[in-house]
Amino acid sequence: MTDLVKLTIEGREVEVPAGTSVLEAAKQTGVLIPHYCYHPGLPVAGSCRMCLVDVEKSPKPVPSCATPVAPGMVVHVSSEQAKAARQAVLEFLLINHPLDCPICDKAGECTLQDYTFQEGREAGRYADYAKRYNPVEDFGPDVLYVPNRCVLCTRCVRFMEDVAREPTLNVSERGDRARIGIFEGRQLDHPWAGNVVDLCPVGSLLSKDFLNKARVWDFDKTASVCPGCTQGCNVVLETRENAVVRVRPRPNPEVNRFWMCDEGRLNYGWLNRSDRVEAPLVRRGDRLVPAGWEEALERAAELMGASEGAWVGLVSPGASCEALEAASALLALRGGTGAFRVREGPEAPLAGVPDLALRKERAPNVNGALTAGFTRDWSGAVERARAAAVLLVLDEDLVDLAAPLTPGRLVYVGTVLPEAARGAAVVLPSANMSEEEGSFENLRGLRQPYQQAKSPPGMARPAAWILAELKRALAARVGARA
Amino acid sequence: MGYPHPPHPKETPVLSRHFGDADARGYDGWVRRGGYAALEKALGMPREQVVEEVKASGLRGRGGAGFPAGVKWSFMPKQRTKPHYLCCNADESEPGTFKDREIMRWTPHQLIEGCAIAAYAIQAEQTFIYIRGEFTECIAVMQRALDEAYAKGVLGANAMGKGARIDVMIHRGAGAYICGEETALMNSIEGKRGNPRIRPPFPAAVGVFGCPTTINNVETLSSVPHIIEKGGAWYKGLCLSNPKSTGTKLFSICGTVAKPGNYEVTMGFPLKELLFDLAGGMRPGRTLKAVIPGGSSVPILTAAEAEDTVLDYEGCVAKGTMLGSGGMIVLDDSVDMVYQVMRLARFYAHESCAQCTQCREGTAWTVKILQRLLGGQGEAADLDLLLDLSEQMTGRTICVLSDSCAAPVVSAIRKFRPEFEAYLGSGKRKARA
Repeated sequence: MTDLVKLTIEGREVEVPAGTSVLEAAKQTGVLIPHYCYHPGLPVAGSCRMCLVDVEKSPKPVPSCATPVAPGMVVHVSSEQAKAARQAVLEFLLINHPLDCPICDKAGECTLQDYTFQEGREAGRYADYAKRYNPVEDFGPDVLYVPNRCVLCTRCVRFMEDVAREPTLNVSERGDRARIGIFEGRQLDHPWAGNVVDLCPVGSLLSKDFLNKARVWDFDKTASVCPGCTQGCNVVLETRENAVVRVRPRPNPEVNRFWMCDEGRLNYGWLNRSDRVEAPLVRRGDRLVPAGWEEALERAAELMGASEGAWVGLVSPGASCEALEAASALLALRGGTGAFRVREGPEAPLAGVPDLALRKERAPNVNGALTAGFTRDWSGAVERARAAAVLLVLDEDLVDLAAPLTPGRLVYVGTVLPEAARGAAVVLPSANMSEEEGSFENLRGLRQPYQQAKSPPGMARPAAWILAELKRALAARVGARA
Repeated sequence: MGYPHPPHPKETPVLSRHFGDADARGYDGWVRRGGYAALEKALGMPREQVVEEVKASGLRGRGGAGFPAGVKWSFMPKQRTKPHYLCCNADESEPGTFKDREIMRWTPHQLIEGCAIAAYAIQAEQTFIYIRGEFTECIAVMQRALDEAYAKGVLGANAMGKGARIDVMIHRGAGAYICGEETALMNSIEGKRGNPRIRPPFPAAVGVFGCPTTINNVETLSSVPHIIEKGGAWYKGLCLSNPKSTGTKLFSICGTVAKPGNYEVTMGFPLKELLFDLAGGMRPGRTLKAVIPGGSSVPILTAAEAEDTVLDYEGCVAKGTMLGSGGMIVLDDSVDMVYQVMRLARFYAHESCAQCTQCREGTAWTVKILQRLLGGQGEAADLDLLLDLSEQMTGRTICVLSDSCAAPVVSAIRKFRPEFEAYLGSGKRKARA
């Protein structure tokens, strides 16, 4: 148990653990002290001087990010002196800032805008001197540097140095000529480098993927979990007009702290696929024709209920825990079993954070699938599937299979219809993870919920609902027969 | 002595006694002049007693801040759990200051002796003499002297045959003014960008390579052998005014005086006598206008204020300025204050490390305003703007570079406002959009 320190911030008493900074203590009283260089995930630089506050008995304003709390400390955030100090910093920052907010991607979530609006001067006094100008630089695969907008907070430099542990960026030059530089012959191509774009408090580091794509105030933001690998980084899905436009990390000290990898960040296009199955399909001769949900579920239940012999499931470890559990419960009616397979890629750890990496297994719910009772014995399951009475597939792409599986005995639940499933008896269209509520169990056994960010196309429904309905329809048939 | 001028009877040559004497540069010549006796004496004393002796002398840091040297040493942990380091700050880049350069050029062994005594007192594993990169001659002389000292057994595993290990090495700077700031200097030694660090932690707790470190100026360390040799009480007796300022001080006098150079006088010496007796006064037909007494970073004194200023830490503070490094810039009536202040501000704008916003942007903005004033395109509001910017650049940043830029600007505008006003509107300025 660490010692608690009692202090007063803006007239409010607060008790925080010893060693907490004044800035963090102020957050707990509901006071956000403006800051640029400070970030809870980075070592303290104390250089932007934006977080200056008055502390009683201290002769001059102190940087709240670099000042630990002390018993009995009395902090004034909005005293005349502290406000004047911060106003001066804002004015200094703006003298070389281009004020090109209308064409800046950061506009709307830029803290230079916010703080200037909050407590800046009405007008600058820089008169008509020329502003510093440097051309835009290409830092790496997804990052552009716009030096004119830079406030030299060095968050990006410190991220690469202390969190990614791959020093790539630096401060080049001195005085007002200073800018962020990149080491000779290097590229900002670390697998986690995209975080510098989030860290940048202004529009100086930009994502090429997001460049000129949207205005941030048009977004709907939804709490979600990254479906990229078994790490389960908490993310925000930012959607506009029913499409995911950007994915950003959502802080979670247990899982991903403040970060997410570039693969997870940039690989969201599949959530917006346009070749989706939009209506349930049932087989008429050699054709699959659209049908209503009732008819389609009835057909599937009829097929399954009439079958003799074992059922087999092939499922995707990208499905939600709820869907996998429902699939497992459905298969269990006939003692059926199932398996899944996982696509793999190179593991990419973030060196400065323990137990955080882009994991080798590129699916979010491997543990969820195991918990629901599915096994990793993919080839065995495929073998059994060829002889199965009914094969239930849950959003598995079925690529690399030698021959089409069990035509006529296949019930396919999924977002798109792969070639190998064209022989299905029934196709039930499901929502993808951005279109449903659900949860994933990450590699440490943590089950994390995600929310629905956009609506599913056409008649598609969450897989958990489909499978539960199918089970109910089946039970009704059995009950009727009995 | 007033090297390159002959000694003046009012001087008290302690550090500068052998300036200009090429024979004193070598080990043998230095020993003939009584050198290394103090080191031998110190190595025979308990470490605490060495620190106490320096405390008793009242020696204060000669780099500018004037912190008592013995007290600084006593902040070092008594028990050595990590390596201790000593840094000698020889990155003398303060405009108008050239005293350390002369100490290193003429009496390298004096500095080595001081370093060795200090290293012994604080149990330093290694001493870094951080020499300004442009001082090529100093570096060569110091290196030669160091090699000699090692060859003669003064330094090394068994220093002076007394059993203690003392190591001293030279670290060459790369030409940044800011690396003379103690924490930036430590970053530079570590091979990092020379950015000042936030304090606390202070160097005595977390210094070079994260280990306890003491950092002293060349002149401070060079005074130590004399204190050990003749006793702290003797040094404390060298005082003409306030007993808190003791010993002798080297003043580098430059600018528009008849005899620029280094002059060593006892603390509390009158500024006027130093300028007019020792340094020979103004050039013919000229009168004194202003003095910047402690290197370019301190407020400017007018001729009237300089009249009765005494040169010690307290005497300068009483006049609203600081003793600083003792680099005295003398300005006569031919000097344009606005231009001089712009030149100083331009120096600071060039040398800002770019960490703190006020300093990075403020110094450059100050220069722009002053340059426009000089171009005859200033407005009356510009002077108040300069004062306002300077106020926001003072006491708001990690180190004092930004304060140093503001101090001469503020004092010049306050004390020589008519000169600034004379520039207003003297040229045409296009109307602002």
